[in-house]
Amino acid sequence: MSDSTSGQALSPHAFVSAAFREPEPPPTSDRGPLRWARAHLFGSVPQVLLTLFGIWLLYAVIPPLVRFFITDAVWEGTNRNACLPADVGHSVGACWPFIWAKINQLTYGFYPADERWRVNVVYALGALLLLPLLIQKAPYKRLNAIVFFGVYPVLAFVLLTGGNFALRHFLLGYLGFDGLFPAGAEVGGLSVAFWADFILSSALLALVAAGISRAVAGPGAGRGAARSTLIVMALLGVVLLAADVNFGLVPVETRLWGGLLVTLVIAVTGITVSLPFGILLALGRRSKLPLVKISSILFIEFWRGVPLITVLFFATYMLPLFLPGQLTIDGLLRALVGVALFASAYMAEVVRGGLQAIPKGQYEGAMALGLPGSLMMRLVVLPQALKLVIPGIVNNFIGLFKDTTLVLIVSIFDLLGAMRAAFTDPNWATPTTLFTGFGFAGIVYFVFCFGMSRYSMALEKRLDRAQRH
Amino acid sequence: MKRFLLAAAGLLSLVGAVHAGTLDDVKTRGALNCGVSQGLPGFSTPNDKNDWSGFDVDFCRAIAAAIFNDPTKVKFTPLSAKDRFTALTSGAVDVLSRNTTWTMSRDTTLGFNFAGVTYYDGQGFLVRKSLGLKGSKELDGASICVQTGTSNELNVSDYFRANNMKYREVIAFGTLDETVKAYESGRCDVFTSDRSQLAAVRLKLTNPADHVVLPETISKEPLGPLVRHGDDQWFDLVKWTYFALLDAEELGVNQKNVDEMLSSPNPEVKRLLGTDGKYGEGVGLTPDWVVRIVKATGNYGEIYDRNLGPATPLGLERGLNNLWNKGGIQYGMPVR
Repeated sequence: MSDSTSGQALSPHAFVSAAFREPEPPPTSDRGPLRWARAHLFGSVPQVLLTLFGIWLLYAVIPPLVRFFITDAVWEGTNRNACLPADVGHSVGACWPFIWAKINQLTYGFYPADERWRVNVVYALGALLLLPLLIQKAPYKRLNAIVFFGVYPVLAFVLLTGGNFALRHFLLGYLGFDGLFPAGAEVGGLSVAFWADFILSSALLALVAAGISRAVAGPGAGRGAARSTLIVMALLGVVLLAADVNFGLVPVETRLWGGLLVTLVIAVTGITVSLPFGILLALGRRSKLPLVKISSILFIEFWRGVPLITVLFFATYMLPLFLPGQLTIDGLLRALVGVALFASAYMAEVVRGGLQAIPKGQYEGAMALGLPGSLMMRLVVLPQALKLVIPGIVNNFIGLFKDTTLVLIVSIFDLLGAMRAAFTDPNWATPTTLFTGFGFAGIVYFVFCFGMSRYSMALEKRLDRAQRH
Repeated sequence: MKRFLLAAAGLLSLVGAVHAGTLDDVKTRGALNCGVSQGLPGFSTPNDKNDWSGFDVDFCRAIAAAIFNDPTKVKFTPLSAKDRFTALTSGAVDVLSRNTTWTMSRDTTLGFNFAGVTYYDGQGFLVRKSLGLKGSKELDGASICVQTGTSNELNVSDYFRANNMKYREVIAFGTLDETVKAYESGRCDVFTSDRSQLAAVRLKLTNPADHVVLPETISKEPLGPLVRHGDDQWFDLVKWTYFALLDAEELGVNQKNVDEMLSSPNPEVKRLLGTDGKYGEGVGLTPDWVVRIVKATGNYGEIYDRNLGPATPLGLERGLNNLWNKGGIQYGMPVR
């Protein structure tokens, strides 16, 4: 077959091309950016219209923003005169010196200037501990998590408040057995009465727990119940000790907290409390035990049915009217509890959505393996369910972060509240102060919320290997 | 709901009245609890040094100085207009110094005493200069911007009816800033609010020189500090702190010369500063209580000038708030 061996040199026909020609490049109208633009921007009449509209929108929005926040903005000054168009000589955009002047107010509220290092330490420690927790490859995950969720809150609490709470009564003291303990005695600044009370109460509680579980689950269960009660009480004791010891820190009332500090405290507390509580409530709502089920439903429906503003207002102004006169609960604490309960109820419904999406086969498979109920949830159902609802969970977190602003109505100045108060300073009253302030607050909120949203997307990507096509 | 709240608050105030002795409570606590507004230019705002400042704030500092010789021993609670009275009845604050208008209902039915009128305010009108108006009697047919839920709204309609005028419309907005922006963008011809507020609003306008506050004041807004019923000694202390500030100004005692004034031969000055007689003991303090006040905050005029006066951005003239012998109606009762 000579055809098959015909090469260039052997070809008798000079007019027959010896080799395949390189394909021509597509016409200029069908390649490169032009083609991309035709395909994506100007493919059809509606597409052209949309593109033009988009361009017009960018043109209408971006240049004025740049002009206001950058080119026309005032960057330096000591009072309102720096930002007055009449004094500056041209139209004035953002008045940034206002933000510089108020930055401490916005970050710390009225936290005393000499004690601000404590807030900074809390911020820095939080960031240091959170970062490795978020990075998948960082080592010591378990230790890190224990420190972040167990030790850090106590540390932050002591640092921010100053600790040294003069604890005087534990359970027995409040129940009226004051006389059992020496009233004034102290060892190293700690009240003997309190700690004697605490130890005695723990022992009593352990006994009661042992008795109950013996009665319910038979003679063998008593010891275990007593042990777990004692462990819980020991942990509580460590926390109380940390709050009771005098570290020599000046006490700072929560009344003086403000700005970003309050926003973060409320948001972080709400977020860390709402997730475990939400999961418990969601499981409770699907439980087969009628009491657990009904109380979960009641809790969830109550908190979902009441606006957060009402909750906060009620906690702040109505609660003191019902409580006996000398018993006062810290204002910020009231708001924290309100926000946490509220967020838990919402979280429960999100998690329940995830639980419902798990097919029955997964449960049956777990049961067939002989896993008891708690392990089935922990190892099989919850990991899948939570993964499914990450967008919903993060959505809740972001909503909660922004909802913290509502505490303004109960006289707690969060970031936005501090900003609003700063607006009233006559030394900085200018035509653009308002826009500068809200612009800045918007940027701060955006940074936090966008960060959360990006992280959740990365997390989703990492976890949905099984479902990727 | 509101009625229920007030009733509950009233009950609580009865309970509170049983253990009188606010001054003792304050001394034990080591600080005065003072209710102020959440931010009102010139009256109470957080300043650049991260501390509260303003006219209402300084009044509380004066009380603290009288008691502790330390104007920083005050805990300020920023209160909204809604919950200020609840805070006072429940005992959360010892004195409410929060630009509160002295009205009969507040004085009689809520269980409070007004200690005096620290600032005489009144409602005025802000208009564009280009309209060429000379007074508020020429406002017939105008459209008016007002903040909703304030007594300003009511006062405007009262004033127009009383003067046989008709406005085109009253446009009410939820917040102050909204109202100001609406006025500035030309939605209405007139912006009305209390005069101290108008001065603050003017600072936020793009061209303040194009706007003018009309001379008439159409309502009485006497603002002053309040205390709870049931502790007359505390009431006396707050009231006389106010009078002492006025007397100090009238007698020329100020922050700079107070030490020299201690050797003044003027019998009135001697009685005021406690070099003669022990008048301070009448309010539960030492005789030199006024010296402490004036050293800490200055006299009434100094407090006014520092926070509201012509040298501040607000630039409010003394007007009615001048001393009685200088054309105003601020009148300090004599110490004797």
